[in-house]
Amino acid sequence: MHELAVCQGLMRQIELLAQREQAECITAIRLSIGPLSGVEPQLLADAFPIASAGSIAEGATLEVESQPIRVRCLTCGAESDATMNKLVCGSCGDFRTQLLSGDELLLTSVELERRQHA
Amino acid sequence: MCDTCGCNITDGNRYLLEGDGKLARTESGREAVQVLEGLLSENDHVAAHNREHFDRHGVLAINLMSSPGSGKTRLLEETITALGDELRIAVVEGDLETENDAQRIRDKGVNAVQITTGTACHLDAHMVHGALHAVDLDDVDILFIENVGNLVCPASFDLGQHRNVTLLSVTEGDDKPAKYPVIFRAADLVLISKADLLPVLDDFSPSKAEGHLRQLASAAPLIALSAKSGVGLDDWLAWLREAREAVAAKVADGATVRPAIQPEGQQLHAHPHHHAHTHD
Repeated sequence: MHELAVCQGLMRQIELLAQREQAECITAIRLSIGPLSGVEPQLLADAFPIASAGSIAEGATLEVESQPIRVRCLTCGAESDATMNKLVCGSCGDFRTQLLSGDELLLTSVELERRQHA
Repeated sequence: MCDTCGCNITDGNRYLLEGDGKLARTESGREAVQVLEGLLSENDHVAAHNREHFDRHGVLAINLMSSPGSGKTRLLEETITALGDELRIAVVEGDLETENDAQRIRDKGVNAVQITTGTACHLDAHMVHGALHAVDLDDVDILFIENVGNLVCPASFDLGQHRNVTLLSVTEGDDKPAKYPVIFRAADLVLISKADLLPVLDDFSPSKAEGHLRQLASAAPLIALSAKSGVGLDDWLAWLREAREAVAAKVADGATVRPAIQPEGQQLHAHPHHHAHTHD
């Protein structure tokens, strides 16, 4: 259960970003998390209210987008869907594939309200 | 994953880069700021810093991951016995509690720093960085980081190591790579440990374990070994020497080595960065 640690890291990133962008509050945080990242989106969502309590992002919505697992075969060139424990080519079955998507662990965007300058 | 900021852009998620640009206004008048940073960018930043330390001192750093009780400490004891006269070794030990493992390593005459994580299920780059203050890297050729025994969480945190080694003991079952794909996919080498028990545990098939690993699109070699009987130890030591040479050659070229899940992120990382970096 390392999602709380991941969420605490996210909060430090958010605080830095809020400073840089002169945000007054953060209203939404969007993440992209692939199944192969090792992070469980639901557990992260459960940890978020705890990690964000008292921060500039308290009460923000957390939107988590999941990417499908896709591979490209280095032998036949085909691109295919794959699963967590079967990342071989869906066309020729070769195991020499490249992961195209599915292991993302990304903070994609943040919605914020800026401080009003007098 | 990208070397500089960990933002793992690939062909599959590249479309996320396109869209409304850095600033877009939502209907409510709020601004949406595109970030596209790795979610562990702070950890990854410290990890890169650790890796720079290792590189500057010519140290090969190995992250050992496995279930509890698969024989990591015993393997280290035998590795120290075998390599002690040839290479200088130091160990960072991660456990929830006790100094037991560190003491076993110290009894072999080697510096061991214990990190007790309390209830944390993994080591992160900050913990390793803290432990490095108790290690004189000028006196080290290989640093082993013995991660907390756990087949899940350690796979998510870069520590600054050059290579990941995942142990699978024959008492655990040969389908572990299928059950725990994330950690086995991260392995540069899989060690099938306690291989002296294979004759009595004939339901563990090393070739099935390899089959499950290949299903993860991993080309990592497997070595069946027993720290107890010594079988396979020579292959492990040869792998270590090779890894050391490979890392040294890269560093001499002004580059570094990261555990190779797949090199794709680096190849694809020719995209312009929209986000500012805040490196200190």
